[in-house]
Amino acid sequence: MSVNTQLHKDTPLLEVKNIETAFSIDGQYYNAVDNVSFSVKPRQIVGIVGESGCGKSVMSLSIMKLLPKGIGKIKSGSIQFEGVQLEQMSDKEINSIRGKEIAMIFQEPMTSLNPVFSIGFQIQEVLFNHMKISKKEARLKSIALLKSVGISRPEKIIDEYPHQLSGGMRQRVMIAIAIACQPKLLIADEPTTALDVTVQAQILELLKDIQKVNDMSVILITHDLGVVAEMCDEVIVMYAGKVVEKTDVDTLFHDPKHPYTKLLMGAIPRMDEDVEVLSSIKGIVPSLKNMPKVGCKFAARCPQVMPECTSITPLLAETDEGHEVSCLLYPTSRPREGVLHNEYGS
Amino acid sequence: MNMEVKETTLNKKDKRNNDVLLEVKNLKTYYPIKGGIFRKTVAVVKAVDDISFEIKKGETLGLVGESGCGKSTAGRTILRLLDATDGQIIFDGDDITNIRGVSLRKVRKDFQMVFQDPYASLNPMMMVGDLISEPIRNFTNKSSKELKPEVMELLTKVGLPEDAYYKYPHEFSGGQRQRIGIARALALKPKLIIADEPVSALDVSVQSQVLNLLKELQDEFDLTFLFIAHDLSVVKHMSDRIGVMYLGGLVEVSEKNSLYAEPLHPYTQALISAIPEPDPRKKKERIILEGDVPSPIDPPKGCTFHPRCAHAMPECQQVKPTLKEVKPGHRVACHLYN
Repeated sequence: MSVNTQLHKDTPLLEVKNIETAFSIDGQYYNAVDNVSFSVKPRQIVGIVGESGCGKSVMSLSIMKLLPKGIGKIKSGSIQFEGVQLEQMSDKEINSIRGKEIAMIFQEPMTSLNPVFSIGFQIQEVLFNHMKISKKEARLKSIALLKSVGISRPEKIIDEYPHQLSGGMRQRVMIAIAIACQPKLLIADEPTTALDVTVQAQILELLKDIQKVNDMSVILITHDLGVVAEMCDEVIVMYAGKVVEKTDVDTLFHDPKHPYTKLLMGAIPRMDEDVEVLSSIKGIVPSLKNMPKVGCKFAARCPQVMPECTSITPLLAETDEGHEVSCLLYPTSRPREGVLHNEYGS
Repeated sequence: MNMEVKETTLNKKDKRNNDVLLEVKNLKTYYPIKGGIFRKTVAVVKAVDDISFEIKKGETLGLVGESGCGKSTAGRTILRLLDATDGQIIFDGDDITNIRGVSLRKVRKDFQMVFQDPYASLNPMMMVGDLISEPIRNFTNKSSKELKPEVMELLTKVGLPEDAYYKYPHEFSGGQRQRIGIARALALKPKLIIADEPVSALDVSVQSQVLNLLKELQDEFDLTFLFIAHDLSVVKHMSDRIGVMYLGGLVEVSEKNSLYAEPLHPYTQALISAIPEPDPRKKKERIILEGDVPSPIDPPKGCTFHPRCAHAMPECQQVKPTLKEVKPGHRVACHLYN
């Protein structure tokens, strides 16, 4: 843990470089995450947005090394957490980090809790795995954790089972389990998608509080731009396995550059203004098998498409300070002469 | 294209007259809970408990609420897919609450439903052409072959290629399947379409395609919609008037703009404030509701919202408030406005 003390504010906690995660379909590997790089600084909330199938969940599973064995694998790239390479770790080594240093919460709180064990057992399981702690202490700590996630009557709830709780309560329990060992990084994969709006508001509020109290970094994966606007500092927009735009939250919402981001913003019905016709994106995301190999992956659906979009692969590059876009409309995204198909490197 | 749509919607507002197409009076739908060896009814779930509203011709009424508030049950009861426990459903001047047999079959032609899950609501063994012509075949003696030109026209109307006729549902994406569902609902030229969460299973970019399509079709075929959804911004986009449901009851019914500009019921206020807005510069006051929705088996006495309401008064625990017109076109069920 000596690495930890040396960390200062701007050294990234997590650094993902040129990650390629592939899935095998009929014996052939196709990239679900294609050359993605980003970093998470301490105490930062980074949002990953995109539609279903854009690779945002696969990205998080890659970081946690939870890819289905034999089907998905990290082909290349590096994932550095506090100076340690995660992608090369053995299962045993990663187990000491999972749940302790990096924790994760999932979309569906019903399926991610084990129905046959009590709430208390499931929290204590994490504690026993990562700490030297007596049974009595573990129970007291579990009650304290349940209390910290806003569960009333924690002494009762600790002995109840998941089916006895509502969706919002279950998600609170999931959060309690996730923060049990005070992880430095929390990956939240669509944490509020299955919940009602008023419950979603409760959970988002809770996540924000916990992030501040515990000094955590958070990677928030979501498809809801409203949630992003509310929660995140930095945002990564993904499309078909690639990062198309990356910037701070304010710039993203007030000066989006990539045509996909712009369309996505126009496609949501707004509470504050009336629009008669929503912008829509023609067609659908191409499947992994039919993904274009060269050129921009959004070209087929892009309203501003140019002839070279299908032949030149755009680079993710800075247009303004701290604002990276991958689109040929911006000269920075054009590869230099001679290195036409070279991909974005760091 | 943009201009065209705008013009037609303007026309629509003019066409919208005051003829009431559907009137629901004190509708109740209870589900019995059976228990014991004799399967006696031991309790009832009051899924829809005394709601009243009307929909005018050519109008879209949105029904919003959180899961379990009874909005889908209300929709199904109106379609007569479920039997009402009490109350009246008046469709186009006729009381259809208790009709059966031939007369029910006759009115069924006039209302159709679009379902939430485009994966589960289409028979995977049937060709798309047959799926769409099935409702028509159900009411006429025409064969699939005779109906082909009609089905082709419907396919183009909902933005699908004509060769979709020979394909099967699994060959389509979620958005396209929802288009098939819409074409099927349109096949009989119904007067009322009940859309139950038609876009909640879809991605935003596809969701906007389907919402735009529903609006276009409404103008073209002069349709009346009951639009059921949990997403307030989607409901706002689609509806002329909106009803907010909580625990089986309607707490507020209003013209869309009045509802969003000045929500009156504390629950509506909390619901609207809970929506995360896609603008980081807007920091709004959020009303966080405590606790969960109570069980509809044993709803709280008086106003069902009082245990979670910040403005609860002693009266709220005793007397159940009824919908009262507070402003023109804006009704609310809350003791604060007596």
